[in-house]
Amino acid sequence: MATKNALKRIAIEPVTRIEGHGKVTLMIDDEGHVVQARMHVVEFRGFERFAQGRPYWEMPVLVQRLCGICPVSHHLAAAKAVDCIVGGENLTPTAEKMRRLMHYGQTFQSHALHFFHLVSPDLLFGFGADPAIRNVIGVAIKFPDLAVQGVMMRKYGQEIIKATAGKKIHGTGAIPGGINKNLSIEERDVFLKDIDQMVNWAVSALKIAKDYTSEHLKDLASFGSFPSNHLSLLRQDGALDLYHGNLCAIDADGKKILDQVNYNKYLDYISEEVRPWSYMKFPFIKSIGPEKGWYRVGPLARINNCKFIDTPIADKELKEFKALGNGKPINITMAYHWARMIELVHAAEKIKALLNDPDLQGENLVVKGKRRSEGVGLIEAPRGTLFHHYRVNENDQIVMANLIVSTTHNNEPMNRAVQKVAEEYLDGKEITEGLLNHIEVAIRAYDPCLSCATHAMGRMPLIVELMDTSGNLIDRKVRD
Amino acid sequence: MDKPKIATTSLAGCFGCHMSLIDIDDRILKLIQLVDFHKSPIDDIKKFSERCLVGLIEGGCCNEENVKVLKQFRKNCDILISVGDCAIMGGLPAMRNGIPLNECLEEAYLKGPSVYNPSNKIPNDPELPLILDRVYACDEVVKIDFKIAGCPPPADTLWTAMVALLNGKPLELAYEMIKYD
Repeated sequence: MATKNALKRIAIEPVTRIEGHGKVTLMIDDEGHVVQARMHVVEFRGFERFAQGRPYWEMPVLVQRLCGICPVSHHLAAAKAVDCIVGGENLTPTAEKMRRLMHYGQTFQSHALHFFHLVSPDLLFGFGADPAIRNVIGVAIKFPDLAVQGVMMRKYGQEIIKATAGKKIHGTGAIPGGINKNLSIEERDVFLKDIDQMVNWAVSALKIAKDYTSEHLKDLASFGSFPSNHLSLLRQDGALDLYHGNLCAIDADGKKILDQVNYNKYLDYISEEVRPWSYMKFPFIKSIGPEKGWYRVGPLARINNCKFIDTPIADKELKEFKALGNGKPINITMAYHWARMIELVHAAEKIKALLNDPDLQGENLVVKGKRRSEGVGLIEAPRGTLFHHYRVNENDQIVMANLIVSTTHNNEPMNRAVQKVAEEYLDGKEITEGLLNHIEVAIRAYDPCLSCATHAMGRMPLIVELMDTSGNLIDRKVRD
Repeated sequence: MDKPKIATTSLAGCFGCHMSLIDIDDRILKLIQLVDFHKSPIDDIKKFSERCLVGLIEGGCCNEENVKVLKQFRKNCDILISVGDCAIMGGLPAMRNGIPLNECLEEAYLKGPSVYNPSNKIPNDPELPLILDRVYACDEVVKIDFKIAGCPPPADTLWTAMVALLNGKPLELAYEMIKYD
């Protein structure tokens, strides 16, 4: 068959400066049209099975070992699920606020890490700049003040996590039905001293992302972009809420698909398709089906979904962002960075408000009620909505564990972004640096954590191979 | 004189050890004056093109790709260090070692309550590296020169170890800097 023989395969591995293991393959026909683009996630852990038999109270500590980049998100989603099992989902004010402080600290450090350590090299040096300088070390040399801000912001978030969870990475603060410590006055005062600086730095980071997006809007508008549905948790009144809420989803034009749905019933609304070429599944909204029911999650989806933000600076910035879409959702992939920085500011403002709340010094840390055999916990992790669901037997052992992780929701969108960029930048049959760079930039916009997604973690490499369908190598390029 | 080179990788780990390295905070600016980072997930260098003094390995080996990368590191680095419990003994991913691999795959891709899998197939594309029968510690695959324990090892421990190594001094860690949780 002539058409089949004309198909060529391109593999890209590893993709760096993203968080997870994976590779990209492209199939092109003899006219150079991309007929298929796939981002394969190549890691598999098997958590769903090996969690079985473990006592449920281990889950908040166990699950975070799936991902050291946002362990707090797994820690808290698991804790929320386990709260239901002990009948303790209505936390004391001290417990809920300590957990929220931990979560905003986490969001603050994760967004700062992503922006300064991973993305800023692309924005500051350009997508096509020499890879030898286009990295965080290059930023540290050329823009030392900015690098120091990034480092100090991450440090601040990590110190908040340490004060609330006991440890910067893989802490133990959240326990079934509550929390194991409050925040002392001494701890609080250390954070209060620097919080205004953090808010100011967050605002200036936001300005970099906003100005960059506005200045390059013409090019970025189409870059790896496509219409999509958007899913996130929202507070009952439509406010952005990263710790708790109901499931909400809108389509590419802003029409409601899921409106304030209780997340305990997520199985009625969400399903995950298995495809043979990736260990990462493909979630979709059941009422629309696997073809068209896929959606985006994370900062862009949350900012598109929410009606307002309950902190003043972030809310003002939200209005400016939304003006770009004239009331419709923004479907520009690179707008993720801007949306992420609005959340960075929001997290800083929330931390400030919480630090001034005397409930953090409360003594009432744990509640328990009627025991149940099942619990579901959802949270808005930095990268998007995170689902944990457990069933237990009468011996307190896990008999079923189901996780749908933030990056998994963005699986189809990332594949679409790769296809879009490949169509635009693949020049004939030769693999150019430009193609490699642009594919990585598009994937990086989603801040993917492929580790979490397969309940695995690592880095994604960059080798491109061009092959015909009989497997003969036509061109090969490795970036040194 | 050229600065010594460091390469890092995350195999079957969670990236927490790399995060802990970043938690040395502003000392990272000092570190980059002492060493050059070569192949590492934090930069865009994807292939060894120069000999490295130190290779830091996070994570054990759960698939053939991990084994390949680990062997590359052994070949290109003078000193190879297992960082964290997964590299040293498999860690949390090794919890699957007592369970047949098929049961793990079936749970994730056939039995899970949110799974939609009309073809009833477990992912099997040739693009996916083969999964090993169990998770292996790094020193079961190649020779490892040093081990730094912890989940993850605290940032201060990693910093102290790097400074000692780069200055050719013996590694003396205070009791509280060696964490085994």
